[in-house]
Order: sequence, then C-alpha cells, then structure tokens
Amino acid sequence: MNGIIFDIKRYAIHDGPGIRTTVFLKGCPMDCWWCHNPEARDDITGKLAEKTRTVSVAEVTREIARDRIFYDQSGGGVTFSGGEPLAQPDFLLVLLEFCRGQGIHTAVDTCGYAPTEDFERVSELTDLFLYDLKIMDNEQHTKYTGVSNELILDNLRLLSQKGSKLQLRVPLIPGITDTDENLEAVADFLSRLRGVDGVSILPYNRFGEDKRTRFKLEDRLGRLPDQSRADIESAAAKFRLRGYEVKIGG
Amino acid sequence: MNERIQKLRQQSLDAKPTISLERARLLTEFYQSGQPERVSIPVARAMALKYLLDHKEICINDGELIVGERGPAPKATYTYPDICTHTLKDFDILNSREKVSFAVDEKTRKQQQDEIIPFWSGRSVRDLIFQKVDRPWIDTYEAGIFTEFMEQRAPGHTVLDDKIYRKGFLDFQLQIEDSIKKLDFFADPEALAKREQLTAMSIAADALISYAERHAEKLTELADSETDSRRKRELREMAKICRKVPAHAPGGFREALQYYWFVHLGVITELNTWDSFNPGRLDRHLLPFYRRDIEEGVLTEERARELLQSFWVKFNNQPAPPKVGVTAQESNTYTDFCLINLGGVDETGESADNELTYMILDVIEEMRLLQPSSMVQVSKKSPDRLIDRALRIIKTGYGQPSLFNTDEMVQEMIRQGKSVQDARNGGASGCVETGAFGKESYILTGYFNLTKVLEITLNDGIDPRTGKQIGIQSGDPSRFESFEDLMDAFRRQLRYFIDVKIKGNVIIERLWAEHLPAPFMSILIDDCIKSGKDYNDGGARYNTSYVQGVGLGSITDCLAAIKYQVFDKRNLTLPQLLDAMKANFRDAADLRATLVESTPKYGNDDDYADDITKQVFEIFFETVDGRANTKGGHFRINLLPTTCHVYFGSVIGAMPDGRKKGEPLSEGISPVQGSDRRGPTAVLKSASKIDHIRTGGTLLNQKFSPQVLESEDGLEKLRHLIRAYFTMDGHHIQFNVVTAETLRKAQKNPEKYRDLIVRVAGYSDYFVDLGEDLQNEIIRRTEHGVA
Ligand code: SF4
Repeated sequence: MNGIIFDIKRYAIHDGPGIRTTVFLKGCPMDCWWCHNPEARDDITGKLAEKTRTVSVAEVTREIARDRIFYDQSGGGVTFSGGEPLAQPDFLLVLLEFCRGQGIHTAVDTCGYAPTEDFERVSELTDLFLYDLKIMDNEQHTKYTGVSNELILDNLRLLSQKGSKLQLRVPLIPGITDTDENLEAVADFLSRLRGVDGVSILPYNRFGEDKRTRFKLEDRLGRLPDQSRADIESAAAKFRLRGYEVKIGG
Repeated sequence: MNERIQKLRQQSLDAKPTISLERARLLTEFYQSGQPERVSIPVARAMALKYLLDHKEICINDGELIVGERGPAPKATYTYPDICTHTLKDFDILNSREKVSFAVDEKTRKQQQDEIIPFWSGRSVRDLIFQKVDRPWIDTYEAGIFTEFMEQRAPGHTVLDDKIYRKGFLDFQLQIEDSIKKLDFFADPEALAKREQLTAMSIAADALISYAERHAEKLTELADSETDSRRKRELREMAKICRKVPAHAPGGFREALQYYWFVHLGVITELNTWDSFNPGRLDRHLLPFYRRDIEEGVLTEERARELLQSFWVKFNNQPAPPKVGVTAQESNTYTDFCLINLGGVDETGESADNELTYMILDVIEEMRLLQPSSMVQVSKKSPDRLIDRALRIIKTGYGQPSLFNTDEMVQEMIRQGKSVQDARNGGASGCVETGAFGKESYILTGYFNLTKVLEITLNDGIDPRTGKQIGIQSGDPSRFESFEDLMDAFRRQLRYFIDVKIKGNVIIERLWAEHLPAPFMSILIDDCIKSGKDYNDGGARYNTSYVQGVGLGSITDCLAAIKYQVFDKRNLTLPQLLDAMKANFRDAADLRATLVESTPKYGNDDDYADDITKQVFEIFFETVDGRANTKGGHFRINLLPTTCHVYFGSVIGAMPDGRKKGEPLSEGISPVQGSDRRGPTAVLKSASKIDHIRTGGTLLNQKFSPQVLESEDGLEKLRHLIRAYFTMDGHHIQFNVVTAETLRKAQKNPEKYRDLIVRVAGYSDYFVDLGEDLQNEIIRRTEHGVA
C-alpha cells in the first residue's frame, strides 16, 4: 500500500513523550486561517511542498525503525501528524499496526475532523492522541477553520469513552482562540471528559505567517499582535486551575 | 564567588600573556656552565630542572590561597629553546598579531637574539629532528599530509593518578633508592643507564621539594611584613603547607590542592609536555580529604569551594606555550587542554560521582574560565542527575564540559591490553584521548590528512598543489574500472604515507629518549621508578603512539560522490570530474550543485555513505593499529582534529564532494559542515557505525541553538540522545550551543549551516529554512537567552 507524506522528521521532541519520529501525512479537511503547515493541504504543491511524495508502507516503516534505539532510551516513539493523518485512514492503520507489532509507542496528532468509524478503528492501535481543540463557539469555528466543530467534539467524547489516552492541544491565536471566553469554554468542556492526560498550550508563532508570505499564499489573518508571556501564562492558568498538567509549547 | 575570588579571577582575565625568557636564560646559563658535560644526559636534565627551580623568581599573588606560577608572573609564558627555538620573526608575529598574541618587549627580543638563539640553534630537538628525518618525510610533511607534534612539544598527553595523594616526594625518593639497590650490574646490561636515570629522578624530586621551600620562605617573608592580621595568618598557614608538601603526603584538602599544583608546575617547567598534564579524576582524588576535613570541622563547604576556585585561577594563569614558525593567520589558542575528568566509575566499576563532582561543576559554571577544560564521564551507571547538571552548564553556551562514555573508554583500554582496574581509573585528556592515568605515556604523534591522501591518489601520486611526485604511482585514475580499483589505490597510497610517518616517528622517539629524557615526569608515571626507565623511553607501564586521522566526513563524501556519480549512476567520468576539480568548479555550478545536494553524504544515517566511512576507517585502522613503537608499545588510531582540519583543508584543492579549494575539512567524526540534514539522531547513528572501541578517541560536535535546550523537557531529551549515543558505543560528544553571531553568519552563508537546528516555539527546524523575519526573531531571542 502507498500513502502520501510531506515530510518525516527525526528527533521530533515536541510531539509527545521522548524522542520521536514524526511522519507528516498529506491532506487536511480543515482550512484554518493560521495554518502553520499549509504544505499539508492537498492543493499546495511546488516549492513549499517539495518534500511531498508518495511512499510505500515499507519506506515509512524502514525510516521509523531507524531511531528505535532513541525511542527505547527515551520512552519515545512515532507520531503521525499532518495535515490530518486520518485523512489517509487505511495507510495510517497499516503503519500503526506495524508499530504495535514492533512495540513502538504511537501518537496520532489530529484535528478531530474525520469519520467516527475511522476514529474507532484507529483508537485500537494508538497509544496517545494529541487532539487539537480550537474554538468552542461553532459559528466562530466554522468561520476560522471552514468546518463545524460538532464532529470534532463528538469524536473527542468517543475517544474519551473508549479510554484512549488524550493530550489536548490548544493553539493560542491572538484574538481568535486565546480569548478568555473561548479558553474557559474549552476548559469546561475538557473537565467533563475522562482520560485527558494533559494540556499543551501552543503559543502563537509566526511560522504560518512566514510561510504565507514566502510562498505568496492567501493571507486572511494578517499580522497579529505579539503574544506576551503573561497572555500565555494566563491561558495556562485556566487549565491548571482545573487540575490539568499544562505544557507550554508542545 | 566571594570578593577574593572575584579579584583573583579578574586579575587572571586581565593579565596580558607575555613571553618570559626566564626558563630559556636559566637553562642556557646552566648548559654553558660546563656542569652538564661531566654527567649523563638524564642527570644533566634533572640538574637543569633543579637549577631552574632554584633560581626562578617566586611569584605570590595578592590574596591567593594556592601559590606558584610557572613564570615570574601570571601568564608570563616560558619558551623551550631546548625543544624548539623561536626566531625573532616568530616573536614579532606573536607580539603583533591580533588573536592569541604574546607581548614581547625589546629586552626579551634582544636576549633571544644574543643569548638564546646562538646557543640553541642546531641543538634543539627540533633542529635534530629535521637533520635526521629523510627526504620523503620532509616532502610529505611539507605537503600537509601529516603534522608532527614532537617537533615543538614534548611527548605528553598524560594525566596523573592518585599517587601523590598517598605519598610525598620523600617517599618517592625512597622508592627510587630501593630501585637503585635492586639493580643487578652483573646480569642487567642496562643497569648503568638505569642508575643514571634513577639518580636523575631523585635529583628532580629534590628540585621540587626545594622549590616548595622557596615558596615557604617567601611566604614567611611576606607574612612578617603583612599588616592585615587575617592575611598574615593565611600567609603563615600557606608557608607551613609549602614546607609539608610535596615533601610529604598531604594531610588535608588544601594541602592536596597545593601539592598537585607544585607537581603541575614541575611538569610544565621541565618540558612543554604537549596537552598539559592535569590532575585527572579530581573529584575522586580529593574526596577522602574533603570528607575527613569536613568531619573534623577543619573545612567548610564554602572554604572548599573557595580553594577550588583559587585552584582554577592557577590553571588559567598558564597559557599554552606558543609555537614556533607561527603565522599571523593561524592563531591557535591559549588553552593547554588540561582536561579535568569528573564522574565515571571507580576501580570496582561503581559510579564514582560524589558531592565533590557537583561542587566542581558549580565551580566550572561560576568561574567560566578558558582553563582548565572539563569533561564529565558518563557510564551506564551514572545517574541522570550527573548528565543534567552538565547540560545545564553546556546550555549557557560555554563549550564545557564535554561528555564522554566511560564504558566505551574502558573497553578501548582493555582492547589495548590494559588491566580493567587501570582502565577504570583512566579517562580522557587533551581533546578526547583515552588513557590509563598515571600509568601510560600516550603520545599523539601527529594529525593525518586522509583527504589529502585521496587527492594524491586521484593524481597518481602527484601533489597537484606543487606538481611534485610525493606518493607512489598508484595508477592512472582514468583507468579505474570500478570503485574498488580506486579504493585499492587509496589503500596502497595510504600505506606508503603511514610508513613514512611511522619511520619518522621511530627516529623522533629515539631522539627524545636520548636527548630530552623527563626525569621529573618519570617519578609520576608508573612504572618508571620500578623499571629504571624514562617516561620518554618506555618506562611507563603502557606506551601508546597515536596517529590522528582528520576529515572522516570529508573523505567519505568525496568517495561517495565518486562511487555514486561516476561508477553507479555514470553521470560523468572520473576524468571529467577531475577536470572540474582542477578548475575549482569554475563554470561547473550545476555539477557542483549535484555533488553537494544530490549525492549521499555521511551524517544522514544513509548506509550508502556510511558504508564508505566504515571502509575508510578499516583501511586506516589496519594500516596503523598494532605496529610496534620503540618503547615497547604500539601505534593506534584516533579520530580528532583540534583545529587542524582548517590547515589540512588549506593544502587541498577542490574535491569531489563539491568542497572548493582551500576550504576546511570536516572535523573529528562530525559530518561535513552543513551536510547532515536528517537531524541529530541520524548524525549519531552515522557516527556510531565506525567501531569507536578500536580507537583511542573520536570527537563529535553537535550544534544546537539555546532555545532547543531551554525547557526541562528539551534538556531531558538531550540527555536521552546522549545515553542512546553511548549505548551505541560513541566515545565523546560535545555541544556547541550557538550564539547570535553564529546565527547571523548562518543567515549570510546558509550553505555552511544547513545542519543548524533552532527552536521555533513548539517546533524545531533548520535555521536556514526559515524566512528572514523569523530568522531575525530567533537571533534576537538568542541574544537575550544567553547572558
Ligand atoms: S487542522 Fe492543522 S493542518 Fe489542517 S488547516 Fe488547520 S492548522 Fe492547517
């Protein structure tokens, strides 16, 4: 079987526990204004997505196996990210199966927008979900990401019920996701879930902005104000207050 | 750091390195006195040391707690005309060059001209070496195929064990007497020579004892005229210590430090022992004294810190003696590579880190001095805490301490035939060189330019820089039908040059053994006293000679390029490639881009390239390892460059890896600058494909920006990275935490910095891949991050 990836990064140290290899799967059903990985999107080709390639399962598993000694030493493993890794569910499943067979820890970094059946299948083979939660207000969510958040929240509830380990990731986009109101709502939602292991607050970075300017992509976001240390801390505090271990920056 | 230490540290930082002819003049005086002619050479050398230590100016600095300077003042640096004599031009360059300069005043210059040069020219060991070696050696040396350490500095690279903490020099003298008594003049034809050698050792021991006494006298004098009652007491106390050590074994922490320091001065006054001698496993040696003193209430933790800090300043006050034949460009360094070893295991194999390990790490962090260097030995038994403590210092951007793999070093030494205990008590010195401390004379004979040998192979024995035939005719490259043909030619060419090098080494080893024995050093290194032989003549328990290969990454990439582009893909012929190289890739930008961008490279965990690394390693190993030296030991290999990869690159034209004429080679076993693109785990995997255990040390440098190490999490993952590398038997790793200045350079020359990883909030990425704005933001953050 083949799949499409747009990068494989070794020594990924911000995508889950330990030293990891992150496999970036191409394709994303959402369209976030701040997207920091525009090369993930199917419609992006050319220089920005120059590492995009069709690969066989064997090619990916060979690459994954290379850093085994580092995973073992550090309690690390493999993270499947994207885009949205569940956008290629069969390919993802085969890779997860390989890792399970090898005893390699797996994490799936997901935006949550994928058919619930796929989540059911994937959850059986995944040790940890890095689950993005962006905006609770559905209207706002639809505006900034192109899709409704209902499916995302349903899937999250499902994983929680099934006992999956979950790490929530909240990107702080100035004025959009980092408002008190939104963060309170996210935190409230979380506190009704089981299995949430921790929360990562992802401070805003100009990665996406940098890519948009360099590759002349449409820029709906414009230049956002800088985020202060205090903004980040106050966001983190909201989750800490509810008893979550909070990591800043993945 | 208290006020006293702040002052001492500042004095050391402010002191301007100068050339002091004190040693040169006293030595000349002694050798002109007629005395040396009446005695054997070893005895004359010992008498010379005694003369030096009896007549040199005693320097005691304000407020210091550990006394003794090599020269008449801090950073007044000796010359060693008995080894190599500086020309006036050397002095002028040293005096005027911008970096690593040494002030030379008019009087010094004149004395050098009138007294030193006339006496020593033709007599220095360097002059003798150049008279004795043959033409091929000179040609090869001049072509930049190898360097020779012993033409400028004494065979060194040795480190002290714990013997001085158990015995005084009077005890050593008893041992020496005992050895003399045991000499069998009827059965042992060498007995006479041994007696001379042992007598010399005894004189050298006297020299150090009376040197310490001179300090005691001076201290008493100062105490008498001192008005500050506290300092007066201190001076009296120090005088008492100098009367006790080194004559007797030390009784406490402070005496132990002062004792070591006198020994250090003895060693670096006798000769300019390359890669200066050092106390080695300091945290272990001092521990019994520390614990006892604390228990008895005669020492506090604070006082111990202060004494260690004071000790640190002493090292920093002794710049490495400058070379002869210096150039303004090649500035070298003030550091003499004294490498303090911390952590590791004890002789039973248990983790040896203790409370002093951490205290010394505190001292290193606080003092932030160029010298001494420091390293942490990490065994699988070492606690995480030890690595973490080291990393916290490393991340501040101070290039120390470096990290070494104890378990791997022990295996290296056992393979070389050392006992398990000697191996466990050993460590690394200089940059990365493994040795059995206190028991081994391990000599670095010179760097070896592997890539240059390939260049000569590609030219059928001719050095394209000079057009001279200096190698063997290993075959016209246009006739090579396969990559194996090339490797075979390379192998023969390498053997030829190694033969030349080793033949020269034999001559040089004998010259040192005969002309410049080291009776003082011989007291310190087992089993010189027992065997009655000099340190420079095989007296040590283990005698190892190293040839240090340089440019493993470069030569791999060159060979990989030929194999891949010429023989596998047939994109061009070897003569076409050679023509492009000859033209320094002028009008061949596309070809060069292909060579740089689309050719397998070492450092990416790519077996295509890494298999070639292994082949080169095996060829180099087979050619050198196990050959006998003249001291009962063997030649071995090392893979480290210090700064020689720059010089070695300067003598090589453009090469198949796309490197242009004169550019530096890769250093140590690190990949070619900027050619590793798969992250640090890939570099470590590549680097561990060679068999470190069959070397005497390898050097790996890894660059990180401070942001990658900012968080606790980042630090922890780095620790895992190190542990994994050491599980794969990696020997050494050091982290170069980059500065804003480096980032700016990377912005200007992205090609050279393609391997530089930076953290971008939540992500790490290659710096050169980022847009300019983002790069600037990171530069700003880096500036703020590192104080
Ligand atoms: S979900 Fe992630 S990859 Fe997809 S558009 Fe949003 S930010 Fe980009």
